[in-house]
Amino acid sequence: MAGYLELFWSFFKIGSFTLGGGFAMIPLMEKELVQKKQWLSKEEFLDILSLSQAMPGIFAVNMATCIGYRLRKITGATVSVLGNILMPILTIILLAMFFQYFRDNTIISHIFMGIRPCVVALIAAPVFTLAKNAGLCWQNCWIPLLSAALIWLFGVSPITIILIAGVGGFLYGRIKDRKEAEI
Amino acid sequence: MIFWKLFYTFCKIGIFNFGGGYAMIALIQNEMVEKQAWMTTQEFTDIVAVSQMTPGPIGINVATYAGYTAVVNAGYDAWWGVLGAFLASFSVILLPFLFLLILFRFLLKHKDNKDLNNIFSSLRIAILGLIAAAALLLATPDNFGSFSESPVRFGVSIAIFLIVFLLSLKKKASPILLILLSGVVGGIVYGFC
Repeated sequence: MAGYLELFWSFFKIGSFTLGGGFAMIPLMEKELVQKKQWLSKEEFLDILSLSQAMPGIFAVNMATCIGYRLRKITGATVSVLGNILMPILTIILLAMFFQYFRDNTIISHIFMGIRPCVVALIAAPVFTLAKNAGLCWQNCWIPLLSAALIWLFGVSPITIILIAGVGGFLYGRIKDRKEAEI
Repeated sequence: MIFWKLFYTFCKIGIFNFGGGYAMIALIQNEMVEKQAWMTTQEFTDIVAVSQMTPGPIGINVATYAGYTAVVNAGYDAWWGVLGAFLASFSVILLPFLFLLILFRFLLKHKDNKDLNNIFSSLRIAILGLIAAAALLLATPDNFGSFSESPVRFGVSIAIFLIVFLLSLKKKASPILLILLSGVVGGIVYGFC
């Protein structure tokens, strides 16, 4: 049985030592929770992983919520999430306070002038790497093109796009089912 | 009051966040920069850079930093900024957390539901557009310099953009490494000319 402190500590380690975002945590989580502590079976871990990816929210936090809940109910979920995000939050706060005073430093501002175009490229690249996984093809490529144009040129909120896409996907699936049933 | 607005905005961002960290960057960019004008494009870009280089989920890092910056920009001192940082990260996880706790068993049992899968596959496609729009909205003279004002800076920016784009697309180079290298290039190029 996982103790609260043990649970907190496991997720604290996972959250504090992974660079590169939530998905980079998967191997570490598997090693710590499935292999070392044996709190979950591999199948359970994979089920929770696909659920955390599909549901709204931050992937790593969803993982911590589900695994914590599965092991020790609501308190377990709470300590796991806190463990997971504590170090990242404190690190960011320290850096935010630091940069507030050094942002106008000439060297730092030069460095950031180099970094900014890099960040824009790092946001642009996943559009293409994620496209394959999302199943993008000639029939549906109008969806991201139209969404991007509506947000970029007409100031439509991304949340509106998400709502329309969700409802659209639901209706499309239902209509396709009905047509297949008729045939 | 900014704290209430921050709470509401990040609750909204949390529950509408499908499809990982980059989709969340798109949502935060839209709410913070375009809609509320709590920070400049430049400040937001810097926040993303720092968030990618520090440990933890990128969504949490961006939310924390954006919460801090929004409050400080509204004229409060750094300690209120710290409160804003905690508030933003708390709000962004609140609704998905409650949602998962309440529906955990149900969702695990029905994860192969046809309707849910249709919704998610449609969302995955639309989210590509969200991320593309965020990149386009960040490609401004603030971040790249302008050709008429400083052709050198504009040229360097475009070169960095293209090289990083290709390296991360074709070679799957580490974002942290690319940010560090771009920083070094910026420091050297702008420091000496």
